[in-house]
Amino acid sequence: MLKDNDRIFKNLYNDLGWDINSAIKRGDWSLTKEIISKDKESIIKEIKESELRGRGGAGFPTGLKLSFAPKELGSRPHYLVINADESEPGTCKDRDILRFEPQKLIEGCLITSYAINAHTCYVYIRGEYFREGQRLQKAIDEAYEKNFLGKNACNSGWDFDIHIHFGAGAYICGEETALLESLEGKKGLPRLKPPFPALVGLYGCPTIVNNVETIAVIPTILRKGSKWFASLGKPKNTGTKIFCISGNVNNPCNVEEEMGVPLKELIEKHAGGVVGGWNNLQAVIPGGSSMPLLPKSVCETITMDFDSLIKEKSGLGTAGIIVINKDQDIIRCIERIARFYKHESCGQCTPCREGCGWMWRILKRMADGNASLKEIDLLYDVTKQIEGHTICAFGEGSAWPVQGLLRHFKKEIEKRSHEEPLIKKKIDIPYLIDQHLLEKDNA
Amino acid sequence: MSIKKISKEQPELFEFTTDNLKIAKIEVAKYPKERKSSAVLSLLYLAQKQNYNWIPLAAIKYIAALLEMPYIKVYEIATFYSMFNLSPVGKYFIQVCTTTPCMIRGAKKITDICKKHISENQYELSKNKICSWTEVECLGACVNAPMMQINQDYFEDLDEIKTEEIIKKLLKNEFSDPGSAKNRKSNAPEDGRTTLLGIKNA
Repeated sequence: MLKDNDRIFKNLYNDLGWDINSAIKRGDWSLTKEIISKDKESIIKEIKESELRGRGGAGFPTGLKLSFAPKELGSRPHYLVINADESEPGTCKDRDILRFEPQKLIEGCLITSYAINAHTCYVYIRGEYFREGQRLQKAIDEAYEKNFLGKNACNSGWDFDIHIHFGAGAYICGEETALLESLEGKKGLPRLKPPFPALVGLYGCPTIVNNVETIAVIPTILRKGSKWFASLGKPKNTGTKIFCISGNVNNPCNVEEEMGVPLKELIEKHAGGVVGGWNNLQAVIPGGSSMPLLPKSVCETITMDFDSLIKEKSGLGTAGIIVINKDQDIIRCIERIARFYKHESCGQCTPCREGCGWMWRILKRMADGNASLKEIDLLYDVTKQIEGHTICAFGEGSAWPVQGLLRHFKKEIEKRSHEEPLIKKKIDIPYLIDQHLLEKDNA
Repeated sequence: MSIKKISKEQPELFEFTTDNLKIAKIEVAKYPKERKSSAVLSLLYLAQKQNYNWIPLAAIKYIAALLEMPYIKVYEIATFYSMFNLSPVGKYFIQVCTTTPCMIRGAKKITDICKKHISENQYELSKNKICSWTEVECLGACVNAPMMQINQDYFEDLDEIKTEEIIKKLLKNEFSDPGSAKNRKSNAPEDGRTTLLGIKNA
């Protein structure tokens, strides 16, 4: 287990107070001036050496991302945008950072902005996190008072401003280009890539978009050194990560652990075990709702890092672990996730807009026991037609959980479905396009 | 995205109060001068707050003029984002999270209580016109499931008794204390904490 000393977010449970003076006591804002008087290249090099990977879901190497920003400032300003639009079901880590460790985020913003030549940073917070946004605003005001932000921030000669921008309840705005659209005051529809935001982003200017947790760990990495960070976890999956364990566990909680920690340890030790004992476990969704679920047999041995989860055809995602025990109806659980995606699809690409609705309606029939056996293959076919045929990764995010269900719980669905085609039973299915066929006697 | 119902009864005029106009100017100043339209979300919030939790069409026109945007663009935004209410929802608007992590911890009990005490259907005002409720997608407090949001505050770790108490009070126009219903400390495990022990005792 990770030692408390190696934990980055020491105030994860708000034992020590979130205000700036308590944060300084914990070591925030120390050596900041020294860090940003180094040259920009060496900061990015240090982050690259730490092998930090983005904590927002995709796991892209952060140092590499930062190096995509143009080295010289051209005619257009550079921007740093923080993605705090945390809406992935099962995930609530950024909320704690905004509430209890805001200074880590603010310091990270300053250092990263310096490294990518940006003087302005926007923090895009989901609209529902209104209180968390207020808290962050207070923290920013405190930092301005101490002259850590603003003109000549930290006496380093670097001018830097942070602004908060509230979203308004659209999951899709967590996708980086949709987030930029929303920040520009438009509907949150993802953009076609390339060009990537690093060259053409906010207002057409070079922009780096990063998750809250990624930016918040950067100051600690630079203070303690990339070697320390790389020594934690596994090779290529280094450092610590906040895991959110929710669902059927005795003590649902957020906990910071090393990457590559066994899933069983997280559930049994930190979250107080599965409700009804480990043998009552049915499945675990390891990385927020977009990631395919893992059956119990895999949960016994799997470790929580990007690469081992990919081997099991799942993913670490945002590390929001949803534990589902045998008291729950697994088809119903995935049906509810499909409904979430149906609701949140932005409607730009046809495969996703229509397909998410199809998946949900088929799954609902399956959960109710009204589906025919043929529909199992049909459902798989629909997921395959969405995946890879959309502008953004939402298509994959909506199709993968359904594919996961089909991969591991096909028997469960078969048990509940029946041979008889619906058309003979004359069941009234709302939204079905071919409804008129049911009304004909000899269809 | 959700289907929005636009209220049939619309006020004819809408203007920001002097205080809100000041806040609006601060919001617009956050963005580069030629990029005023970035502030549209925050101005819509402001209008919604000023107009008892919903945005009339007059406010959309007013904001469009203020930000020099076409009316249809602002209208599009108001209908796209699910947090903008385009018909009255009452002084207290309850949003119950029902996505999977809350669902498996009993969110249905919460919606049943809302149905029983507030109104049979979502977005329908209670008898005394003071509040309404709706099911929403993940609110990002999965570790504290089941939970609901009343206006801007989160009510977490709910059970049937506590929810009933909160809603009955609300119908009498009393607002309960937000936060965990079990008095749990933020997102820490309820009992048997395993990490940051030294810090807790220090």
